[in-house]
Amino acid sequence: MKGVKNYFKENAGILAALIVLCGALALLPSTHRAFVSSQNFFNVLRQISTNMFLACGMTMVIILGGIDLSVGSIIALAGCIEAGMVVHLNMPLPIALIIGMGIGLLVGMFNGLVISRTTIPAFIVTLATMNIAKGFAYVYTGGSPVRVMTDEWKFVGAGHVGIVPTPVIIMAVVLIITGIIMNKTRLGRHIYAVGGNVQAAEFSGIDVKKVKFLIHSYSGLMAGLAGVVLASRMYSGQPTAGEGAEMDAIAATVVGGTSMAGGSGKIGGTIIGALIIGFLNNGLNLMNVNSFWQYVVKGIVILGAVFVDFLRNRNKKS
Amino acid sequence: MAEEKILLRMEHITKTFPGVKALDDVSFDLKAGEVHALLGENGAGKSTLIKVLGGIYHPDAGDIYINGEKADIHSVTSAQRNGIAIIHQELVLVPYMTVAENIFLGREVMKGKFVNHRAMETEAQKLLDEYDMHVQASELLVNLSIAQQQMVEIVKAISYHSRILVMDEPTSSISDKEVEHLFKIMRTLTEEGVGIIYISHKMSELQEICDRVTVMRDGGYVGTRVVKETSNDELIAMMVGRTLTSYYTRDFLEGGDEVLKVQHLSDGDMVRDVSFEARKGEIVGFAGLVGAGRSETMQAIFGLSGHIKGQIFVEGKEVQIHTPLDALASGIALVPEDRKKDGLYLSQSVRYNMTIEVLKSFIGKMRVDAKKEEEITQKYIDMLSIKTPTHEQRIGNLSGGNQQKVLIGRWLATQPKILILDEPTRGVDVGAKSEIYTIMNQLAKQGMTILMVSSELPEIINMSDRVYVFAEGLVTGCLKHDEVSQESIMKLAAS
Repeated sequence: MKGVKNYFKENAGILAALIVLCGALALLPSTHRAFVSSQNFFNVLRQISTNMFLACGMTMVIILGGIDLSVGSIIALAGCIEAGMVVHLNMPLPIALIIGMGIGLLVGMFNGLVISRTTIPAFIVTLATMNIAKGFAYVYTGGSPVRVMTDEWKFVGAGHVGIVPTPVIIMAVVLIITGIIMNKTRLGRHIYAVGGNVQAAEFSGIDVKKVKFLIHSYSGLMAGLAGVVLASRMYSGQPTAGEGAEMDAIAATVVGGTSMAGGSGKIGGTIIGALIIGFLNNGLNLMNVNSFWQYVVKGIVILGAVFVDFLRNRNKKS
Repeated sequence: MAEEKILLRMEHITKTFPGVKALDDVSFDLKAGEVHALLGENGAGKSTLIKVLGGIYHPDAGDIYINGEKADIHSVTSAQRNGIAIIHQELVLVPYMTVAENIFLGREVMKGKFVNHRAMETEAQKLLDEYDMHVQASELLVNLSIAQQQMVEIVKAISYHSRILVMDEPTSSISDKEVEHLFKIMRTLTEEGVGIIYISHKMSELQEICDRVTVMRDGGYVGTRVVKETSNDELIAMMVGRTLTSYYTRDFLEGGDEVLKVQHLSDGDMVRDVSFEARKGEIVGFAGLVGAGRSETMQAIFGLSGHIKGQIFVEGKEVQIHTPLDALASGIALVPEDRKKDGLYLSQSVRYNMTIEVLKSFIGKMRVDAKKEEEITQKYIDMLSIKTPTHEQRIGNLSGGNQQKVLIGRWLATQPKILILDEPTRGVDVGAKSEIYTIMNQLAKQGMTILMVSSELPEIINMSDRVYVFAEGLVTGCLKHDEVSQESIMKLAAS
């Protein structure tokens, strides 16, 4: 119970923002009918799922004091290769799925290896792998989508279990796993130690290299998962998929209260952050806001959310 | 003292923050040519007073007079215009700029529209040479030692024609030799009529460099004394508001069996063929100048150095220590010298900081035993009488003394046989210092072996059963408790 109370207290600002946003969408005449339906609700969750996968990894990486810019490109590469395996090599789907996610894991492991063994900043390393992964996706597909039209293929991203979309179920599982890693394991505590004060972590006997490697690998795996789910939803592996997705994941993390300086943040906050961004996108679509303007609104909301947080922290200090 | 002119008078300064009265009717004056020490425990209001003087805070009440005239100090620049310069404990210089560029930052010497680097360097070098500071004006700041950077700050202050110089714990991170040099420069400055406000925790320095001393406590003014006419005991009593009956607590008992034996330990140039041993229930002191290899020796024993040579025996058995985890497994714990840099997770709670070393004892497979975690935290809060409102308090908000105690608690939780304390009372106020000594005494009585590295000789002398003295990476001698004195240690440390 104390945990629940703390959760509401810590995230009061962004929770209020989320409620205001949903309330407005539910009450506004122009969006009321479309918004308040279980179908729309599940639709939004389905759209959010990709970003939520990325945000799970991103939250850990940012708490670690780094960043992972490669996740957007991993979505493209994982999806393209998975589709290629099915279309060109006639592989059974489960194996293709595993290969797709494995590609993500591999890129993440590579990021982790370089970041943990050298002093090259995560920003630079993942900026490089972002380009490399994207490049391979284009090279592999020749620039055009690899289409797959089977019902089996649709299940992971566009299918349902009962009335619940499959990606929403996967999202729930991923969130639980991430929550357990961050809150219930020693590795979880070590992430905060390494992000908060690397030198102290070394004096504490924490295996800093291992922590960095594992977390970046996890972020890559999450991106691989996002890739195969999105490819399923789009009936194809597309080299342009996931373009800019890393930025949405960073936005969700930061809006959720994780500090870019590392050392603090919670997955619970990130969930709210991802929901805010998801419902905002949904609302703007329902209101028929031109997609160019959507960027402007999204930017203002991100800045606003972080600014409110800044004000709250400033008041706490003095 | 060159003259008796009053440079600065601060009268009845009061400053309130939400919930706390940080300064309560404090008065202070500074004569030309004197070094005036400002003394007080952490939180006594020293830095608030200095920030008022420096234009960072605005007092709610009270006046500041400079050279007898009422001054309106409302910003950092107006403080500078009034001839006030503050050298902060954490130096505020730009690392990747040259010494000259740092000195003239914000008022560069210009030639038309462009910066005249050559003129700036010549000017800066002239000042540096005048005060006999061995620093090149064209050098990048990052390449300088902390002491040299301090020199640059001082020259910067001089170049502003500052008459009032504030130095906030300038000797906390420089070696004894460098301290001497610093004092020489301070004397030159006071002969020229500059007044220096000197903040320090080290009582021994007062006698050497200061003329008068003002003591503050809990935001209030306690009193001003002429240094020659007062005693350390009187000053300590003024600071803590009561007489500390025994500042150091130590029952010297007979040591037990040998617990740790280090033989021919080497690690590069810093640790050269070091051998020593320690017994059960002993406090072993490690004295020497800064950079003599004491901390490096401890870090080598704790597995923080990759390539050590030599043998380490714990309770008679040889142990291989390559990582801190090996050290912990052998019952060795180390509380590092620089707690902010090497110890604390500042944005995390007291609980997190306390338990990070013993996660195994309450985190099983995907399950946290929160009750056990709270128990461990509370146990050491009680044992070390740590003052914190809750377990969830951010450790960054605690005083230095309480932070240090949390760190000690963190390592005690690992139930070590051998506890290494590197500068256990650095940046800790007098009251907490005394408490830490009491804790060390208790631990030793319970049979723990404590290795204490310290640069404060009184601490070494009053707490250690035996003292090993280091110089340039070598052990130059071992002194028993009854042989230890300032002189005997310094003789070995300088050899």
